[in-house]
Amino acid sequence: MSLVKPRKKTMPEIRNYTLNFGPQHPAAHGVLRLVLEMDGEVVERADPHIGLLHRGTEKLAESKPYNQSIGYMDRLDYVSMMCNEHGYVLAIEKLLGVEVPLRAQYIRVMFDEITRILNHLMWLGAHGLDIGAMTVFLYCFREREDLMDCYEAVSGARMHATYYRPGGVARDLPDRMPQYEASRFTSKSAAAKLNETRQGSMLDFIDDFTQRFPKYVDEYETLLTDNRIWKQRTVGIGVVSPERALQLGFTGPMLRGSGIEWDLRKKQPYEVYDQVDFDIPVGTNGDSYDRYLVRVEEMRQSNRIIKQCVDWLRANEGPVLTEDHKIAPPRRGDMKGDMESLIHHFKLFTEGFCLPEGEAYAAVEHPKGEFGCFLVSDGANKPYRLKVRAPGFPHLASLDEMARGHMLSDVVALIGTQDIVFGEIDR
Amino acid sequence: MDALILTVWSLVKIVIVLVPLILCVAYLTLAERKVIGSMQVRVGPNRVGFKGLGQPFADVFKLLCKEIIIPTNASRFLFLTAPILSLAPALAAWAVIPFADGWQVADINAGLIYVLAMTSLGVYGVILAGWASNSKYAFLGAMRSAAQIVAYEIAMGFALIGVLMMSGSLNLGDIVRAQSGGFFNWYLFPLFPLAIVYFISGVAETNRAPFDVAEGESEIVAGFHVDYSGFGFALFFLAEYANMIMIAALTAILFLGGWMSPIDGWGDGIHWFLIKTAAMLFVFLWLRATFPRYRYDQIMRLGWKVFIPVTIVWIAVIGFAIYFEVGPWFSTVRSGGL
Repeated sequence: MSLVKPRKKTMPEIRNYTLNFGPQHPAAHGVLRLVLEMDGEVVERADPHIGLLHRGTEKLAESKPYNQSIGYMDRLDYVSMMCNEHGYVLAIEKLLGVEVPLRAQYIRVMFDEITRILNHLMWLGAHGLDIGAMTVFLYCFREREDLMDCYEAVSGARMHATYYRPGGVARDLPDRMPQYEASRFTSKSAAAKLNETRQGSMLDFIDDFTQRFPKYVDEYETLLTDNRIWKQRTVGIGVVSPERALQLGFTGPMLRGSGIEWDLRKKQPYEVYDQVDFDIPVGTNGDSYDRYLVRVEEMRQSNRIIKQCVDWLRANEGPVLTEDHKIAPPRRGDMKGDMESLIHHFKLFTEGFCLPEGEAYAAVEHPKGEFGCFLVSDGANKPYRLKVRAPGFPHLASLDEMARGHMLSDVVALIGTQDIVFGEIDR
Repeated sequence: MDALILTVWSLVKIVIVLVPLILCVAYLTLAERKVIGSMQVRVGPNRVGFKGLGQPFADVFKLLCKEIIIPTNASRFLFLTAPILSLAPALAAWAVIPFADGWQVADINAGLIYVLAMTSLGVYGVILAGWASNSKYAFLGAMRSAAQIVAYEIAMGFALIGVLMMSGSLNLGDIVRAQSGGFFNWYLFPLFPLAIVYFISGVAETNRAPFDVAEGESEIVAGFHVDYSGFGFALFFLAEYANMIMIAALTAILFLGGWMSPIDGWGDGIHWFLIKTAAMLFVFLWLRATFPRYRYDQIMRLGWKVFIPVTIVWIAVIGFAIYFEVGPWFSTVRSGGL
């Protein structure tokens, strides 16, 4: 017997390996955990895991009066806050049958579109950063800052506004924009430059922004649209056919990128979207590049809508919250002298209001797609059940299908193109 | 006695080259953050020292103080060797760089070959780091880096053949001297496609954006050095920036006339060399702020299917031009330069 073991002549078995992508990966957009089965650089299977940001929003809403859950909606998709609120208050209003003043409707439309720009800027920056174009990210945040200031001016909070209320909005637009002050970090001249556009009312500021914004979008486009590397990284990546997009439950830019003209603002107009003039961009190939183009054009269209709203709001004064004080709080001044108002105030802020028995579904065209709230009421002051339809969920569910056969770098581009935010997916 | 003097003198020369070089690396990191910062409408570091000038030292100090973590499953010896293997060639290559006429540590006739050899060696550090970490991300980075360097090394070598044909020498000093007499005689013009290919290959070889797939932050986190911390990471960082300065300096020497002044009679000297190198380094930073990252297979395609054919064609063109003595650049090459 020989002492040397005879060597086996078989080839080593070639296996795919799994790569744990996230949740602490820089391109995981928060807390995405993606288990990738890889053959070298090529992705064989992508398995997204969800739930790391689950906060039980739907369950929490069941134990709170209706008007106290608005703030939770901000925290769903935390880059398009007011649109989430919109879906929720719309469902309440539908069940309640309350009339929203026209001025409030215009303000809502304006802020929906500001939110859309906010969201798309965040998306563009993050998508660019994922593909390696760092500068776009910082350009986008420059403009986001201005819009965040609008949020702050109107609600006091830069992100979680809680501005929309059943029956209107919390308060009218302020007459003056807050000013910057010189500090250790902002020199006097820098503060003065920032304040230049903030001298007038908030509408003046937004008006000025709508003048400036198309030029900014051009800037982003010079960096990306015709850039060869950008095109190589996005054209033909994650192609979804129109039929398949419908089957997968896509909505919003993901669906429009595949060439299907579906936009709730046009197809099921809510608020005053039938009064304003805008176009719906659609793609042709259904790849990441088309979705990029669709979103960039949506920013331009949103800008148009904002401009129209600003003009209307300038010309027309009026109430911004319903006068039905069973739903909306009375004015502070009335409360001091009027017994009825005091009772309304007390009732509203202790037990809220009751909704008639029944169920309602209301959806808005959220920057990411169709954001819907399904409310079931048993007649109490809190929902029996609240179901949130988050647009990102079906998008993420299709990641496996979109990523199969692409390379690792493309997965990053796909996460970007889907515009995933975990706040709404995990809820 | 003579041997001792020679050794001491060589050591002094090495110190004279390396200390400013390492300072340059430190301040290049600051310059990068400042330049890219101003391109991205922000200010960059401005807290440490006057206008942020102390930032590089703060960074180095921080990295020195950090714990060096060796992953449990790592191959300990190779894990520690890799950063050194990456840095040593990056610094050794500077031995033959002529900063001005006669100002170099070693004036050897195979200077160009030596530089090529040294810059190629650096990739072993990257590959070993990726392999020794025993991490999937690091391994992917190492694989990418290996393939990329092979592809671009060839394009780079071919681009240098053009320079070799024009100057008829491998000595870097002689190459610069062959470009004397104003900017019109710089090899940038007759060898324009090769200069572009050389510089882009250089960007790819130093793993800089838009070719930074080996460490692509958003894809494989930090690639080959994902498991390095503290000073191990600092060494890779140092090597990357030393290589960047190296490529910029070589571009200045090979295509932009090194220490020669752009107008004849303005006085040659090291300042021209430094200005040209700095300009090339600025292009490195500019590229990083402008372009998205290539995908790994697209880099391969660019290297193999675009750059290598371009260089081969241009080498043939130069060959013909030199043989038939086409003016204004090629007429004097056969008779031994200017």
